[in-house]
Amino acid sequence: MADPDNLLYSKEHEWVKIDGDTATIGITDYAQNSLGDIVYVELPRVGKQIEQFGNIGVVESVKAVSDLFTPVSGEVLETNGSLEADPAAVNREPYGAGWLFKVKLKDAGEKSNLLSASDYGKIAHD
Amino acid sequence: MSASTELRRTALYDEHGKHNARLVPFAGFEMPVQYSSILKEHDAVRNRAGLFDLSHMGQFVLEGPNVAAWAETLTINAIETMKPMQARYNIFCNPEGGAHDDTIFYRLADRWLLVVNGANADKMWAHLNANRAQDVHLQNLHGRNALIAIQGPKSVEILKSHVDVDVASLKYYFCAEGNVYGRPAVIARTGYTGEDGFELFVFGEHAPEIWAGLLRDHASDGLEPCGLGARDVLRLEAGMPLYGHELTEAITPVQAGLQWALKTSKPEFIGRNALVEQMERDTYDRIAGLIMKGRAPAREGYAVYHEGKPVGEIRSGSVAPSVGGQNIATALVPKATATAGVTLEVDIRGTRHEATVVPLPFYKRAK
Repeated sequence: MADPDNLLYSKEHEWVKIDGDTATIGITDYAQNSLGDIVYVELPRVGKQIEQFGNIGVVESVKAVSDLFTPVSGEVLETNGSLEADPAAVNREPYGAGWLFKVKLKDAGEKSNLLSASDYGKIAHD
Repeated sequence: MSASTELRRTALYDEHGKHNARLVPFAGFEMPVQYSSILKEHDAVRNRAGLFDLSHMGQFVLEGPNVAAWAETLTINAIETMKPMQARYNIFCNPEGGAHDDTIFYRLADRWLLVVNGANADKMWAHLNANRAQDVHLQNLHGRNALIAIQGPKSVEILKSHVDVDVASLKYYFCAEGNVYGRPAVIARTGYTGEDGFELFVFGEHAPEIWAGLLRDHASDGLEPCGLGARDVLRLEAGMPLYGHELTEAITPVQAGLQWALKTSKPEFIGRNALVEQMERDTYDRIAGLIMKGRAPAREGYAVYHEGKPVGEIRSGSVAPSVGGQNIATALVPKATATAGVTLEVDIRGTRHEATVVPLPFYKRAK
C-alpha cells in the first residue's frame, strides 16, 4: 500500500492529515503490517492537551503492546470510536476507516518537524 | 540471550522464507512467529488444519531395559504402565516440587522418545545425565531431528493419503512408526492446540520435502503454515500450560492444576514429598483462568488485585477468537480468589480493569 502524498509522517510511523486547524492522525501501513493483527487501541480522552511526539496511547497486536505517539500538539477533538468493536480496521484501512484521533492543531509550524511521503518511505521501506 | 549468541536454524528454515515467515529468536532458534496473520493461522487450525515447525523442541532417545523404572524416579506421572506405542504427558520436578520441565514420553517398540521444551533442552539433558542409571543409554537429537505438527479438524483427511499407517484409527496419545511421503517417521496423535492432529518426528534432512509436500498437496484444503504466535493463542484457549508461564521452577504442577498427572501412588520421585504436602495443606496460590470484562488485553506480569489488595500476577494473556473474541488470561492467585465467579482486577497501565475467574479450559472442541 502506497503512503499517500497528501499526508505528513513521523519517524515513529504515524501519519497526520492537516485540514485547516484540524489534524487527523493514524498509523502507517508499514506500522500496521509490522504489528500484525491489531486487537486493541487505547487513545487519549477527548479534551486532553497533548504535545508533539509525546506518548499518548498504545496499539496492541495479538503478541505485543506498542506505544503510540502524537505527531502534532493540540487538544484532542475526537477519537475513532468504531475501533473499539473493530480494531482490525487499522490493519485493513490504515489511511481510511482505521484513523485513530483528531487534534485541534496548536502550532502549524510543527509541520516542519514531520516528513513527506517520499522521505518517510526512505525510513519505512529501506 | 546475548547478541553474540549464534541463533540456530531448523531444517525447515528455507521453507519458512518461502512463506514470508516473520522470524524471532525462540529457545535459541530462529523460529516463525507468524506467516500471514496470527488470527488467520488460528482460524486455520480451529476450522481446517495448520502446519507447525516445532523442530526447536528437544528430542531425546532413551534406551535400555531399565528406562521406565529409572524415569519413574525423576517424574510425577506413571511410566511403567505405558503400553507400547503410547504417549503420556509428564513433568520433571525439583525437590521443592517446582517444575524442571513438562514433557511427553513416547514408548516406541524398542526405545523411548522424550520430547522436552526447546528452552529447557540443555537443562534437561544435563539433568538426565546427572541422574543417569546403569543400562540407560541417552541420545540427544535436539536440532538434528525435526518435528512437524499438523493440527486441526482436517488433519486425518490430509495426512491419510501420505502415510502407510492407519492414522484414522490411531488413538489419541498413541503413536505409530511408519513413513510419511516415503520417509521414516514416528507419527503421534498428540498436539498442543486443543484440536485433533498429529506430530511427525522425522529426520531433519527429510523435513523440507514433507513440509513442502503437505502444503503443496493440501493448500486447497485450507492447510496453512502456522507460527508460534498462533500456537500460543491456541494452547492458552485450550487451557494447556506453557513452561515459563503456568509452570516454572517455582510454580509446581499442583499449583498449575495438573494433579491429574501426579501419581502419588508412586513410592519415590524427586519432588514427591513437597507436592504431597502442598496438596494436603491446600493453602497454595494457584493458576486461575480469567476473562477480562473490557477490551483491554491482560499481559504477562500485570498485577492482579482482589477488593483493592494486590494478590498475584498475570502469567499469560491473549485475545481469544474461540472464546467469543474476549481477552483471556491465567493468573497465579491465592486459593480464596481462584474460584469461578470471583471478580478480580488487573492493573493495565495504571488503571484497574475487572476480570472474572472462570474454570479452565476456556475452549473445548466439540467431539
